[in-house]
Amino acid sequence: MKPFTYSRAASVEDAVAAASSGGRFIAGGTNLLDLMKLQIETPSHLIDVNHLELDRIERTPEGGLRIGAMVRNTALAAHPDVRRDYAVLSRALLAGASGQLRNKATTAGNLLQRTRCPYFYDTRMPCNKRKPGSGCGALKGGSRSLAIVGTSDACIAQHPSDMAVAMRVLDAAVDTVAADGTRRSIPIADFHLLPGDTPHIENQLKPGELITSVTLPNPLGGTHVYRKVRDRSSYAFALVSVAAVFDGQGGSRFAFGGIAPKPWRVAAADAAAAAGAGAVAQAALADARPTAQNAFKQQLVASTLTSLFRQKEARP
Amino acid sequence: MAPDHVTRRAVLQGGGAAMALPGVAGAETGAMLSPESNRGRDMSTVEFTVNGDRVQLQLDPRTTLLDALREHLQLTGTKKGCDHGQCGACTVLVEGQRINSCLTLAVMHEGDSVTTIEGLGTPKNLHPMQRAFVTHDGYQCGYCTPGQICSAVAVLGEIEAGIPSHATEDLEHVVLSDAELRERMSGNICRCAAYPNIIAAIREVAAGDEA
Ligand SMILES: Cc1cc2nc3c(=O)[nH]c(=O)nc-3n(C[C@H](O)[C@H](O)[C@H](O)COP(=O)(O)OP(=O)(O)OC[C@H]3O[C@@H](n4cnc5c(N)ncnc54)[C@H](O)[C@@H]3O)c2cc1C
Ligand code: SF4
Ligand code: FES
Ligand code: FES
Repeated sequence: MKPFTYSRAASVEDAVAAASSGGRFIAGGTNLLDLMKLQIETPSHLIDVNHLELDRIERTPEGGLRIGAMVRNTALAAHPDVRRDYAVLSRALLAGASGQLRNKATTAGNLLQRTRCPYFYDTRMPCNKRKPGSGCGALKGGSRSLAIVGTSDACIAQHPSDMAVAMRVLDAAVDTVAADGTRRSIPIADFHLLPGDTPHIENQLKPGELITSVTLPNPLGGTHVYRKVRDRSSYAFALVSVAAVFDGQGGSRFAFGGIAPKPWRVAAADAAAAAGAGAVAQAALADARPTAQNAFKQQLVASTLTSLFRQKEARP
Repeated sequence: MAPDHVTRRAVLQGGGAAMALPGVAGAETGAMLSPESNRGRDMSTVEFTVNGDRVQLQLDPRTTLLDALREHLQLTGTKKGCDHGQCGACTVLVEGQRINSCLTLAVMHEGDSVTTIEGLGTPKNLHPMQRAFVTHDGYQCGYCTPGQICSAVAVLGEIEAGIPSHATEDLEHVVLSDAELRERMSGNICRCAAYPNIIAAIREVAAGDEA
């Protein structure tokens, strides 16, 4: 690791003030420290946000759920309201990482975790995301795990989060505060950015902007399913994952992980549910541009949807 | 699969927890500091409790909890496998919860209570989980074992507390089963593949807890 200084923020105001002079937030540390050890991330000052009172889960006046940025993944997955009303989120969280990691990983940190593209991790390789303008090692290299849709000629990295896929299907909003105190609420659909020719810019946050919570709208009811396909049956990132909610009145929603630079959701795919798994897959992947190595993911999306529809029939 | 020029480490990083990589990552982490790299830099003071004893350390802020335990407090029971959250060898209990001590900074643990394998039991007075690992041969080389045992102790607590897992069929109703134990222990890799005996050991302790 490169040397850095460390401070503990006592309040949200404290944290954003420290960040405005160039500091970087650290929450669970499970992604940031991993990348700092490899000198992929090299912050000169760390602001510990673990002691901010952002660790609560509470109902909103409207009937939704506000999840503090520092709520640990374990606590969120186990929360009674989440298990009952937002089961797809519990399921997605529990499908990610390990018990130890989920005890540390936070809501905000999970949303902001960086790609698992192997070239991004290997500092001897070209990578436009790690080093803008250096080229993309994956495009003509090992791209099996990477994205098939939403990519660009500059970058085909996938977003690795399971949690974010469920939040996308639930239409969550990311609540933030900026250094000047301005608060805003960003729909998760707009929060993560596609790579275009600036793959190093991954989300809407401005420098020093702090995530304070994630808000879920009112419960949708119906049947919630999260299905994750990976190389091992546990403790591995998704090749393909699907979060689905069947609301019981004929309405369905689907969001996809492992296949795109952000949690992937397409209105036409939601609308195609009545026509079956194949139609949903086709609509979701209408703009797919896979490589020879990851073209298999198109079929995998379709077959994952087929088993997900079956799972739903079995447990309506 | 990945082409030759993608390093083994890069592939493992990308894939998550494939296996422990002893010795590969340690050198460049900066966690084990050469005196030069720290010259003239601010040291941080941190105070926490380890196995019931209060300790105060002056540390380079880069020091992970794992290195603080091993290098500064000589509690070498906790092992370093991958140093990247992928193997579970470094698992300790902080405030009763299991975490990977390699992916957290010691300075972030001011006031915390840490339990390592040395704090669970002693050779003369083994913790039931330690005894069960011995009884069931829950190891071969033993390198992953302190992490496995710390994890296993926490797993039974998590099941007891009704915290669901990926293997839980009904989110509202957590029941102990081999499938549950395997899923919950998946963050602890064993290169010797002692997995069946590890499950048998945890099963025995769970049965004893119920009795
Ligand atoms: C071996 C391994 C396997 C894994 N497997 C999976 C998996 O299968 N599925 C999955 O989804 N994830 C997986 N993960 C990733 C894990 O979920 C993330 O590392 C974790 O969620 C990050 O959360 P954190 O709180 O530790 O973030 P940190 O590492 O603390 O921070 C991550 C980023 O978020 C920023 N940040 C943190 N909090 C805030 C805030 N409040 N406001 C603004 N910025 C903030 C930090 O500055 C940093 O840039 C795995 C990780 C490892 C090491
Ligand atoms: S896909 Fe993106 S992250 Fe991977 S090497 Fe190319 S530019 Fe870097
Ligand atoms: S040393 Fe491998 S998980 Fe910490
Ligand atoms: S006993 Fe050798 S690694 Fe597990």
